[in-house]
Amino acid sequence: MHPPITRHAGFVSPSDVSSMPAEQRGDFFAATALEMRRSIVEMIGRAKAGHIGGDLSVTDILTTLFFGVLNLDASAPQKPDRDRFILSKGHCSAALYSALALRGFIPRELLGTFMQSLSALNGHPNRRKVPGVEANTGPLGHGLPIGVGCAIASRLSGANWRVFVVLGDGELQEGSNWEAAMAAGHRGLDNLIAIIDRNRLQQGARTEETNRLEPLADKWRAFGWEAVEVDGHDHAALYDIFTRPRAGRPLCAIAHTVKGKGVSFIEDRVEWHHKTPSPEQVELALQELA
Amino acid sequence: MNAATTTSEPTFDCRQAFAETLIELARSDERIVAVCNDSVGSSNLVAFQKEFPDRLVNVGIAEQNMVGVAAGLANGGFTPFVCAASPFLTGRALEQIKADVAYNGYPVVLCGMSPGMAYGELGPTHHSIEDLSWLRAIADLAIVVPADPVQTRAAVRWAAQAGKPVFLRIGRFKTPMVTKEDGFVFGRADELRPGGDIAIVATGAMVSRALEAADELAQRGVAARVLNVSTIKPLDEKAIIDAARETRGVVTVEEGVIEGGLGAAVAEIVVRYAPAPMRMLGVRGFAPTGDTAFLFDYFGLNRAGIVAAALELRT
Repeated sequence: MHPPITRHAGFVSPSDVSSMPAEQRGDFFAATALEMRRSIVEMIGRAKAGHIGGDLSVTDILTTLFFGVLNLDASAPQKPDRDRFILSKGHCSAALYSALALRGFIPRELLGTFMQSLSALNGHPNRRKVPGVEANTGPLGHGLPIGVGCAIASRLSGANWRVFVVLGDGELQEGSNWEAAMAAGHRGLDNLIAIIDRNRLQQGARTEETNRLEPLADKWRAFGWEAVEVDGHDHAALYDIFTRPRAGRPLCAIAHTVKGKGVSFIEDRVEWHHKTPSPEQVELALQELA
Repeated sequence: MNAATTTSEPTFDCRQAFAETLIELARSDERIVAVCNDSVGSSNLVAFQKEFPDRLVNVGIAEQNMVGVAAGLANGGFTPFVCAASPFLTGRALEQIKADVAYNGYPVVLCGMSPGMAYGELGPTHHSIEDLSWLRAIADLAIVVPADPVQTRAAVRWAAQAGKPVFLRIGRFKTPMVTKEDGFVFGRADELRPGGDIAIVATGAMVSRALEAADELAQRGVAARVLNVSTIKPLDEKAIIDAARETRGVVTVEEGVIEGGLGAAVAEIVVRYAPAPMRMLGVRGFAPTGDTAFLFDYFGLNRAGIVAAALELRT
C-alpha cells in the first residue's frame, strides 16, 4: 500500500514533493510520518527517557516541513542560503532526530544511541554535534527570538531564505516569545513563520487550566502577525499554508494537534508528557503504527 | 583609610573608543551589526546608526529577545555586537547568554556598557557587579575587561574576528591611560609594573588605582608588581602563578563582588599551584547611595585601600 520507507531516506527533496500529484504527495507524507512515529516510539522505549507526547504531536508538522517545504541539503548542511528550521520545543528532539535521519542528515543507526552516554543525540538538540540542527534549544522561549534574528539576517543579506520556528503551546507562557513576536510584527518579517504545536497540554495539566492562552490567534494578530488555524495532522493543509506566497507580515500557524497522536493509550493524556513506554507498550504502539 | 583618590592626569572613558572602533570595523566588514535595547544613546551608537542605519538592530527594551536575535544574526553569517547596559544584558538575559550564545558557540560579542558601579547613584538595580561571577561560570564564553581606551580599541578589533562568544566589559568611569599600543593580547595579563614584594592584580577601572597604590608602596619601600588582567577568562595562569611564587602575597582589585569574580579566579589558581596569602578587594553587599567615585572610596577600591591590603600581606 504505502511505498517502503527506505525509498524516502535522504533521496526525496521538497522540489520532488512539489512536483508530485496531490494524492501521491499525501501518501508520501503519511508513510513518512508513520515511519517517524515508529522511530520515536522505538527511540524513547530504548532510552527509557524522552518526551513522547510532544514528539508525536509535532510529527506531522515536521514531516511536512522537512519533506515538503524546507530548502535544505543534507550533503551541505551549512549552505548559506538554506532555510532555517528551529525547534523551540527542543525537548521533542526524538521527532527532530527522526526527521533528520530520514532526510539523510544523520545515519539512521545513530537513532539507536538516543540519550545514551556520550551520544551526539542529547535529550535536547545540539547544533555542534548534529548536522541540520540550527539552534541548541531546550529552555523554553528561546527559539522565536533566534528565529527573528535569522529572519533579520536573511533580509540584511538580501537573501530569500525563510525561517520556520516550531513552538509548543505551553511554551507561549514564556514572556520572551512575546518580546520576539512584537519585534517581528514591528519589522513585518514576512520571511518568518511560527508554528504552534497546539496540543493543549503542558507538563502538568491543560494549558487553559494552567495559564490560559486563548484567544491565541487574536494575540498574534494584535502583535502584527497574520494568524491561521489548521489541523496540525493534516499534511495537505499544512503544506498549503507553508508554501503559500506571503507579503508584509510574519505568519503564525496555530496547528491543532493531539498530544501522543497515533498511539491510542498515549493520546491526550497529561502523564505521557515524559512518561516512557515499557517494552510491552512499545510493541502495542508499534502494532498501532503498522 | 578610604581617602578619595586624586589624580592630575587626563582621564578617559572607554565608550567613545568602543564606538569609534566599531564604526571603523563596520566600514570594512559588512558582517558587523550592532544590536541594542533602546540603548542607542547610552551605548554611543548614534554615529553608527547614522552611517549604518540598516545594521543597527534596536529591538526595544527587551533584553532576552535582544540576545536571542543576536544569536540568530550570527546563525545568518553576521558578527553581532550586542550593546546594552551591563546589568540588564547580563542579568535579564543570562539564560540567553548561556544557551543561545555560549552553548551554541555563536560568534556574538556581548558588550556590557557602563558596568560595575558606573551608574553610581542610580543604585544597586543599575549596578553590574555580579556580571563577572555569573559569566565566568558559563563555558565557552571569553571575558574581556579593557582597562582604558587603548585596550578597548584593541579588544574590539580582536573580538570582531575572534569567531567565538565574547563578553566585553566597556567601562564608563573615566580613568587615566594605563597601557601602551600593544597593551592587549587576548589571554595575556600584562605586567605594568615589576616588583617582588607584593603583587596587585587588577582589572578595568581598578588598574590605574593599582598603579597609584604601587607608587605609594614604592615610597614606603615596598616593591609592588602590578598585573593588568584584561582577559578574565581564560585567565593567564602563568602570570598569576609567577606573581604568587615571586612575591609575598597577592591583592586583587575589581569593580564587582568578591564572590566569583577576578579575585576568586585568581584564588582558584593560587590555591592549586602556588598557595600564597591573598586579599581580595571588591564590592561587598548592595551599595549605598553615592556616585561612582564615592562608592569606589566607600568600598576601599582606591589607592589607600589597596595600600592597606598590601601592607597587611607584607607583615
